[in-house]
Amino acid sequence: MLPALTLLIVCQFLGELLTRATALPLPGPVVGLVILLVLLIVRGGPSEELKTTSSSLLRHLLLLFVPAGAGVVTQLDVLGRNILPAAIAIVISTALGLGVTGWIMQRLSPTAAPGGEG
Amino acid sequence: MKPDLDLLWIYLRTTPLLGLAVTLIAYQVAIAISGRLKGITLANPMLIAIGLIVALLLATGTPYPVYFQGAQYVQFLLGPATVALAVPMYANLSQIRRSARALLPALLAGSAVAAASAMGIAHLLGATRTVVLSLAPKSVTTPIAMGITEQIGGEPSLTAVFVLMTGIMAILLQGPVMKLLRITSWSARGLSAGTAGHGLATARVLLQSETAGAFGGVAIGLNGLVTSLMVPLLVRLFDRF
Repeated sequence: MLPALTLLIVCQFLGELLTRATALPLPGPVVGLVILLVLLIVRGGPSEELKTTSSSLLRHLLLLFVPAGAGVVTQLDVLGRNILPAAIAIVISTALGLGVTGWIMQRLSPTAAPGGEG
Repeated sequence: MKPDLDLLWIYLRTTPLLGLAVTLIAYQVAIAISGRLKGITLANPMLIAIGLIVALLLATGTPYPVYFQGAQYVQFLLGPATVALAVPMYANLSQIRRSARALLPALLAGSAVAAASAMGIAHLLGATRTVVLSLAPKSVTTPIAMGITEQIGGEPSLTAVFVLMTGIMAILLQGPVMKLLRITSWSARGLSAGTAGHGLATARVLLQSETAGAFGGVAIGLNGLVTSLMVPLLVRLFDRF
């Protein structure tokens, strides 16, 4: 558990350093994710220990959003005033995102050639 | 007796333990509630826990920073957890390689359309700049989405709410949109669920097909990376208008 957690935190730390040093417009933890991914590719996969540590962290992922999410208490009037435009934007953009992704994927996949069940 | 109570109150307001305990308790109560309401998409433990804490803060008149003093220790783990997403992504790598030719263009286009149309529509309907920026990463899995919002100067707590709304919408719209466009292949259905509706929509298609679930998982990770790179560019474009 401890070496795996150390590895995760070191990757995040390197990610934060790298984004600051290069002024990359990326969140530090996302760069940390890429660093770990490259490391896994080089090493040929995660150790059992890293697997269990990461899956136990990810199992309670929803808990980790709660503190920031509760910050919505400071934004209630902003949310109230903007809820209609935001909701309409979410409905339309989600439908478009689903349609565009699925349509292109089916079009370009050799397995879903024309003449299928469509 | 009275001075003692005052001292107790002062202690409670300055110790981080209160915010920490409230967060952990609210989350476990939320899990119990959402377990009872199984099958209702809106009964998400995160949403319920946030609702409970917001109600508590409003009822007791506690300012958010006082609560956050303790809650920040929970939030701190979000960074390492985001890094840990690399492990399930690695497991999907062979799938990504095998279908890269169809998968990458589909994901790039879907991701761009979802983010740009959300920003454009919200702006046209008169939403404030903060709201527009906080909407941009709404299709991405929550830890990455909140990181992106922070990066571009939006409000991460709004993003947490928008991400959840998007996932719920994707669950509701997935079936009708696929039917309308005659998208029948499970890989295409899974990829679109993961790209437009992150983990929530992926969990739903996983119930229908393992293949769809695998492609959904691929899309969640890749879309996080793609959107992280794309949204700052979209914001620059948005500021021109």
